[in-house]
Amino acid sequence: MTQLALVIDLNVCVGCHACVTNCKEWNTSGEAGPMVDQNPYGKDPTGTFFNRVQTFEVGEFPNTETVHFPKSCLHCEDPPCVPVCPTGASYKRKEDGIVLVNYDKCIGCKYCSWACPYGAREVDEQQKVMKKCTLCVDRIYDTKMTEEERRPACVRACPTSARLFGDIHDPESEVSHAIREAGGYQLMPEWGTSPANHYLPRRKIKLRIRVDEIERADNPLKIDGLLPKPDKAEPSLDDVTSW
Amino acid sequence: MHPAFSVIFLTTLIGVGQGLFLALFTAQSYALFDLLPRQDSVGFYACGSALALVFLVGGLIASFFHLGRPERAWRSATQWRTSWLSREVIVLPAFMGTVFLYGIAHLLEWKPVLATLPGGIAIDLTVMLGILGTGLAFALFVCTGMIYACLRFLREWHTPLTVINYVLLGGASGFTLAAGFSALAAPELVRFFAGWAAVITVLGLIGRVASLFRNARLKPKSTLQSAIGIKHPHIVQTTQGAMGGSFNTREFFHGRSATFLRSLRWWFLLAVFLVPTLLLGMAMTETEAALSFLSIAFAVQYVGLLVERWFFFAQANHPQNLYYQSVA
Repeated sequence: MTQLALVIDLNVCVGCHACVTNCKEWNTSGEAGPMVDQNPYGKDPTGTFFNRVQTFEVGEFPNTETVHFPKSCLHCEDPPCVPVCPTGASYKRKEDGIVLVNYDKCIGCKYCSWACPYGAREVDEQQKVMKKCTLCVDRIYDTKMTEEERRPACVRACPTSARLFGDIHDPESEVSHAIREAGGYQLMPEWGTSPANHYLPRRKIKLRIRVDEIERADNPLKIDGLLPKPDKAEPSLDDVTSW
Repeated sequence: MHPAFSVIFLTTLIGVGQGLFLALFTAQSYALFDLLPRQDSVGFYACGSALALVFLVGGLIASFFHLGRPERAWRSATQWRTSWLSREVIVLPAFMGTVFLYGIAHLLEWKPVLATLPGGIAIDLTVMLGILGTGLAFALFVCTGMIYACLRFLREWHTPLTVINYVLLGGASGFTLAAGFSALAAPELVRFFAGWAAVITVLGLIGRVASLFRNARLKPKSTLQSAIGIKHPHIVQTTQGAMGGSFNTREFFHGRSATFLRSLRWWFLLAVFLVPTLLLGMAMTETEAALSFLSIAFAVQYVGLLVERWFFFAQANHPQNLYYQSVA
């Protein structure tokens, strides 16, 4: 079974909103109709988005860290939003695990958005139907595009490659490797929704090297000696600061 | 959650309609065993069913205002295997149809005897329709309650008390209306209905106070830490990705202060339970002025139920709100 998903590296995301912009651009010009904004140039601009980047400050001043947190539908493996839908407009595709809304069947009762603990679904105030991330289902299977282009718009836009896309059920895929080897985790695991999208945590990127790590204090073969000290009369490597 | 008036009116109006029908059929079943005087088919049962239908139709109309695409509402009957909302969509018209047939059978005095009990008591068509309607009325209460009780993330709702309270509060308001209606149509039943209305109202008070106590002691399961997966105890949101709000800020926040919410609690406890119980008691002793007492009791209780339902929605704290703590 295939389960397509995004893996988002919080260590790399710089919060530039390129994924938000490209997501909106691709999906608003898609065949499913526009994602309409209200007051786009007015006092309180608002509108429908599939993807948003939020920012959190972790720690207390001065020891704080800024974490940019891209947030979209997580394509849960056990999606609570699907069984509550009274019309069957919300569904999870068997072939690739993408959770989708059929905009022609949706009656706009908003019940699925109540049933999603992540707030991943948004009503389009003009079309009056529920909308959400489609993992660019109209891109990733488009054979007119090159292999490289057949990825979600947000992944294509990310300038720091913070977003990976692939099948998390294939143990050899790029995303499975990332989840296994970089501590990938799910959001709100307490609800048992088993989100397909994973996040990679912040990690220490400073490399500390202690003296014993260079000199091999353990010296397994007992043949390492200390590095030979040059004679004081000899020129040093740079031939300038001779001692 | 942001309370939607369409849903507030839907749940309270159909609750009254269901309760009134249950009251009518309770009187008929008592009369069947000669425990209460038999009533006029047209003046009491047919008119009572019409009154119940008025409330049910009102609720149905209110529900359409909740939909973005009401013209597709028929589709919502398809997912009854998994969705309580879909089940409600099926049971509500079925119940309305049964109430309609029950009223028509009484109006036309169309009462073919379908069975006879050992004591010679005849079970006619209206009794069978009444039994069917009673089952559907309870099924509808369960569907309505389960729509909210099945959402496990909304822990204020995820309790059997939600379903119990929908049954009790709908029943209480329906029996209060039945008492007022009988003051006009069947004065000898006023004490019967008013007594039961008071009993159900007191039971409703117990159920609602129990849920208030339960919800006051709830500790949220999700935290900002589990929401974004960072284990640090001190996390503050600095932006939410939009400056002018979004569907997430409009749909899931009631926008009132905690003090307002707390004060509302006392108002509905007073209006739904205390005042109606006193008025029902007064109507049982002062039978001369029963009609005015009971009309006030029903009006106060219904307004109280609107407040109660508003509070019910506003009190539910959705875990998605963790992601929307600060605009910028």
